[in-house]
Amino acid sequence: MADLVSHPDEVKVVSKRFGLGATHIDRYLELDGYKAVRKALGMPPDTIIAEVKDSGLRGRGGAGFNTGLKWSFVPKQSAKPKYILCNGDESEPGTCKDRLIFEHDPHAVIEGVMIAGIAVGAHVGYIYIRGEYRYVSEIMQRAIGEAYARGFLGKNIFGSGFDFDVYWHGGAGAYEVGEESALMESLEGKRGIPRIRPPFPAVVGLWGGPTVINNAETLASVPPILLGGAEWYAKLGTPKNGGTRLFCLSGPLNRPGVYELPMGYNLKKMIYDVGGGMARGRTLKAVVPGGSSTPLLTGEEIDIPMDFDALMQVGSMLGSGGVVVVDDSACMVKFALRIMSFYQHESCGWCIPCREGTDWLKKTLTRLHAGGGVGKDIDNIQYLSENMLGRTFCPLGDAAAMPTISIVKKFRKEFEDHLQGKPCPFEKVGAIEPSPVMA
Amino acid sequence: MGLTGLERGHRITNMRFSEPFERRFEEMVTHYPTRRSLLVPTLLYAQDEVGFLSEEVIAEIARRVELSELEVRNVISYYSMLTTQPRGKYNIQVCTNIACLLMGGEEILHHCQLKLGMGEKQTTTDGLFSLEEVECMGACCWAPAVQVNYDFHENLTLNKMDQILEQYKRKGTQSEL
Amino acid sequence: MANVNLTIDGKKVTAPAGTLLIEAAKCVGIEVPSFCYYPNLSLQGACRMCLVKIEKMPKLQTACTTLIGEGMTVTTDSDEVRQARKGMIELLLGNHPLDCPVCDAGGECELQDMTFSYGAAESRYLDVKNHRDEQQWSPVVYFDRPRCILCYRCVRVCGEAMDVWALGVEQRGVRSTIVPNQQDHLECEECGMCIDICPVGALTSGAYRYKTRPWEMKHVGTTCTHCGDGCKTTLGVRRSLTGSEIVRGDNRDKSGINGDFLCIKGRYAFDFAHHEGRLRQPLVRRNGRLTPCTWEEAFQLTGERFRQIREREGGDAIAVIGSTRTTNEENYLLQKFARTVLGTNHIDHHRTADFPALVAALAGQGERTASMREVFETPAMLLIGNDPTHQHPLLAWQIRNNVRLHRARLYLVNAQPIKLRRQASSFLRIPAGAEAEVAAFLAGQDSSVAAIASETSHQDWTAWRDQLRHEPKLVLMFGSEIRGDAVASLVKFAADLPQAKLICLGDYANSRGAADMGLYPDLLPGYHPVTEVGEFHRDWGGVPEKPGLSLPQMAAHAQAGKLKALYVVGANPVEELALDPFVFSRSFVVVEDLFLTETAAIADVVLPAANAYEKSGTFTNTCGDLQLVKKAGEVTGTKSDFEIIVRIADAMGAQVRQLVPFGRGSRADMGQSRGAHSGEADRHSVWLEARGLEPKMSPFDPMAILDEMQRLVPGYDVSRMHLLAGMDQHTSLAGSGPGTKHDPSRIMPARDDLFSSGTLGRYSRTLNALIENHHALAAEEEVAAE
Repeated sequence: MADLVSHPDEVKVVSKRFGLGATHIDRYLELDGYKAVRKALGMPPDTIIAEVKDSGLRGRGGAGFNTGLKWSFVPKQSAKPKYILCNGDESEPGTCKDRLIFEHDPHAVIEGVMIAGIAVGAHVGYIYIRGEYRYVSEIMQRAIGEAYARGFLGKNIFGSGFDFDVYWHGGAGAYEVGEESALMESLEGKRGIPRIRPPFPAVVGLWGGPTVINNAETLASVPPILLGGAEWYAKLGTPKNGGTRLFCLSGPLNRPGVYELPMGYNLKKMIYDVGGGMARGRTLKAVVPGGSSTPLLTGEEIDIPMDFDALMQVGSMLGSGGVVVVDDSACMVKFALRIMSFYQHESCGWCIPCREGTDWLKKTLTRLHAGGGVGKDIDNIQYLSENMLGRTFCPLGDAAAMPTISIVKKFRKEFEDHLQGKPCPFEKVGAIEPSPVMA
Repeated sequence: MGLTGLERGHRITNMRFSEPFERRFEEMVTHYPTRRSLLVPTLLYAQDEVGFLSEEVIAEIARRVELSELEVRNVISYYSMLTTQPRGKYNIQVCTNIACLLMGGEEILHHCQLKLGMGEKQTTTDGLFSLEEVECMGACCWAPAVQVNYDFHENLTLNKMDQILEQYKRKGTQSEL
Repeated sequence: MANVNLTIDGKKVTAPAGTLLIEAAKCVGIEVPSFCYYPNLSLQGACRMCLVKIEKMPKLQTACTTLIGEGMTVTTDSDEVRQARKGMIELLLGNHPLDCPVCDAGGECELQDMTFSYGAAESRYLDVKNHRDEQQWSPVVYFDRPRCILCYRCVRVCGEAMDVWALGVEQRGVRSTIVPNQQDHLECEECGMCIDICPVGALTSGAYRYKTRPWEMKHVGTTCTHCGDGCKTTLGVRRSLTGSEIVRGDNRDKSGINGDFLCIKGRYAFDFAHHEGRLRQPLVRRNGRLTPCTWEEAFQLTGERFRQIREREGGDAIAVIGSTRTTNEENYLLQKFARTVLGTNHIDHHRTADFPALVAALAGQGERTASMREVFETPAMLLIGNDPTHQHPLLAWQIRNNVRLHRARLYLVNAQPIKLRRQASSFLRIPAGAEAEVAAFLAGQDSSVAAIASETSHQDWTAWRDQLRHEPKLVLMFGSEIRGDAVASLVKFAADLPQAKLICLGDYANSRGAADMGLYPDLLPGYHPVTEVGEFHRDWGGVPEKPGLSLPQMAAHAQAGKLKALYVVGANPVEELALDPFVFSRSFVVVEDLFLTETAAIADVVLPAANAYEKSGTFTNTCGDLQLVKKAGEVTGTKSDFEIIVRIADAMGAQVRQLVPFGRGSRADMGQSRGAHSGEADRHSVWLEARGLEPKMSPFDPMAILDEMQRLVPGYDVSRMHLLAGMDQHTSLAGSGPGTKHDPSRIMPARDDLFSSGTLGRYSRTLNALIENHHALAAEEEVAAE
């Protein structure tokens, strides 16, 4: 069970039931649970979609696409069944928010899935949870069971005449499966290789049927929107960036944790105020603003509002809400290498630039970090990354290239030092107190 | 006429799974329009019971989900949690991804290696522990973290890690008695 | 479909909606490079070589997955696009071994060509390449992972197109690798399509690898000699001590009726041609033993004996057995020789399908036979009997891919659950031997249903028949199970459908040709009865009008001491038809063959013949598609059957020019303008062809008799130009006939499958190794199952 934290600046929408025992359906009902879905059943589907669209809710998985707009792409009539697929394959390094939602408020996700189903006319929803989250999926399974037992799921939900089923589905360890088309492949029992798009999942998705795929946090945000109204939600954030989101503050901070803050919250404040500032009196060197695939910001670039558009303006991305701070004791070559090792390990291998590119970048960075660099290595790293950028089959190639390009650009000096044979000044991170090695 | 591959049909195995496994399988069959969709979760559950995905498990699951063994193997090898090799009773998975890296994940890994006297992806001679360096497991705010089988252990220090290893060692040897 | 207008590199393009951009570019001569894109296989978008710039799209797009759109403006040759391609090649070459000089694919490697066209000469990578050892997956399939570029063509052709699904992808990321279905080896149909389709040297053929370099071979496109489907195959030929050796069979030339397809036999079983048992010298029986002699001696002896017997005993004392794997020209010549020189109608061959019954049933119905190409295009197919996967691999490919790509309906009726049931929209299983009843039921005889179905399913059969009756364009295919009256029933059923066509399935490479060319005791070419005076009688100056003896009757004739001479050309009736060899002990037996077969062993004269890969002519496949056979290999000491027949006729004192109308009406070039190269028929034809002349100037020139065939055999008046250009020409049975009804028991199907060796396959080392391997694997699995 993960620890919870709180801060006065938090605006609790998705996290309002965290720590309140809402995993149990009775408690969830006491805390406004399943009210929104009942309301949705009385609303014309188009109105639900319009409400979500107007709320400015944007995908919390990382791409930041307007959720209501995504729903509106689903054809009204379809020969094949429509599906809702909740993406809970949370795997982006630096991100651990969906885990908390599933752990503390599973019914909110179920309710979000149901509302999406009502809005687009689907009758089945799947909640895909990454395989490592075994205890979390057990919580989710119990919650689904409770909802069925109450008649909230299954035939004729809430006596509305509308049928809706929700099933849980488990993964088995693959970052790539977080990509929505690969997620569908995985759910269908295949290797997690993304699909060619178009057609987009909203038109041809699971088993060929129109499918809405949303991140767990996105779906958990839907019930409060229906209850509080689009206007209320939109106003919590900045223009076009409605509401709040869960920020996962990690790295050497005094008070790391998952905080729910309004969209557009200042990053500097987030680090120094909410997160309690740098641990052990260290200096901030860099920030990963939204999970490992987002371009890094230097310590000087952090006085910005955290929303999709503002981050785009400074050449980075809001991503998945994983804010990782890096202090001056860390080696940026090593950091870049670790990121690249991750993408090299997680590349599905389907397309040439990602499969081969991540591998060569990892090899080059490994050698460079170990002191075996040669003159053209740094430029080669940039060249290779740029060759991948925008040319891969799915966004994983970009995810590997973008942080690398930014690290080399912003911390080139550290790469040059390695190249010139200077000892890595950061060999010991030393975050952990020494302990005698036991025999 | 000489039949080939799929034409010859599936192998019949003597594989038996537990009662809960069978119940869950029967229920899951009703969740999807295709049997194939059961594959990934079923493989993981089978691995939990058997310890790894043996030839026999693969043949049995291939038969159940109506796929060739080749297709099942192709899927197994894609997912990093699935393995066709036996592992220790307690599989220690140390995250060294960025948040954990910054908080000492590598030190935890090295410590475990020294402590257990083995390298990554190896198993102790008593079959109790195996060790694996893994990617981000969603514990970034509580780094560094490890997972022992499915259990999270977070905000680790080397001392805490030692205690955890001791704990599992006790548990493992007790349950054997 | 509506047309769409777009602009590619400034060129205006109009193409039907739904066309892929990469194909639209091809239409205007713009090559967009790709590895993973392959027509008729599923789209991958994996190699990223085909990235192009489409106006208004921020990122480069893959031309292989993008459908053309109205007003689209595409650039395929900008700096950005060039850099993207170069980048991909650099990445591929990063891990790819750069030992092209010793790579088996060197010289015919798409990666090499792409690097030359788009790639980079410098390497940016210092680190060690990922290596994995080469693996052997079957006697003929080798896999070298480092060379693999993961285009997934092999996986798709094996699964989607062959429906074998023996290849997969294991691991992920840079560790991804193609794997065979049995972990370390393959268990499959061994078609070798994976090797053919591999753009690099990752998958190589055990039958060819490291034997030669591609540029050292001459590539000859000819027709396969193993089954009745008539696949076009490319033979790689190299000079050797004994003439010229075929070192490879593959499908380089995709222009044939088989498109991409070739099967185990077509690809690997060409090596029968180099079997050490090949006869290379004529043999005559002296003192009871077959002893080598010169061709002159053999011709003199044979001619002399044949002439004596004909003069003393008459043609009735001589019988001829023809071949199902010699060319049409040879078959035509053989029966003309039998009838006009030997003076006999005692001529027959190994019959595997009832073509005369089909002709008889089709009388007056116009053109009702389908070509092999039509099987791929027709919206509906009915197959009764046979197992095309094994007996007609190309037909199976056509059926399968028509279903896959065009959603054609396949109605299947079979006594066994044959593999094509997986493509069938309906599969009705019937008791063995009930195929004729199905035909009768289709023809309207309702009572027949009792023999094919249980009472409960009678209605299903009726509904099924009704559905078939509404098929606007049905191709009916039937195996040898349907003979005689059953053929007539099927034709009757087909006649009531608007556009139904038929295919009668016969087993050997030129079974249909043998039938069309009149290797029957009672039928002349074109199924014209010998009893009816017609054009042949007039043209040839007389034909014996009494029907001759069929094969079993010949044996009885011999037993009775009435058969004084037997001339066997390219047939082995002792082995294949279980003819008792001792009945011929009092006859003078002449056998022409490649090997000392069971039949040749009883001969008085054995004449070493060239096989179909060593001569020119035409074959007619089981559908009636006429195709060119071209000379590829050469084994010194052998002669084509054509030449042998002519020489025997000459030795008998016959008028050769009457038999082969060579040089008629034009000034013959007998080679004098070519000096030292003159003399040999096939080179002659090559030389003439190269000059656009019709090569029919020598008495050994098959083209000379093709003239006569085209003139006299109904349905064979196809375009000579297209035929010589290497295209298949569908012959028509419409003018043939009237055909006849034969004793159905005379049909003796070969019952070969992919893993059994036919008349030629038994001499193929590679095929036998594959068969052995296949049976060993099956046995292993049986043991494991127990």
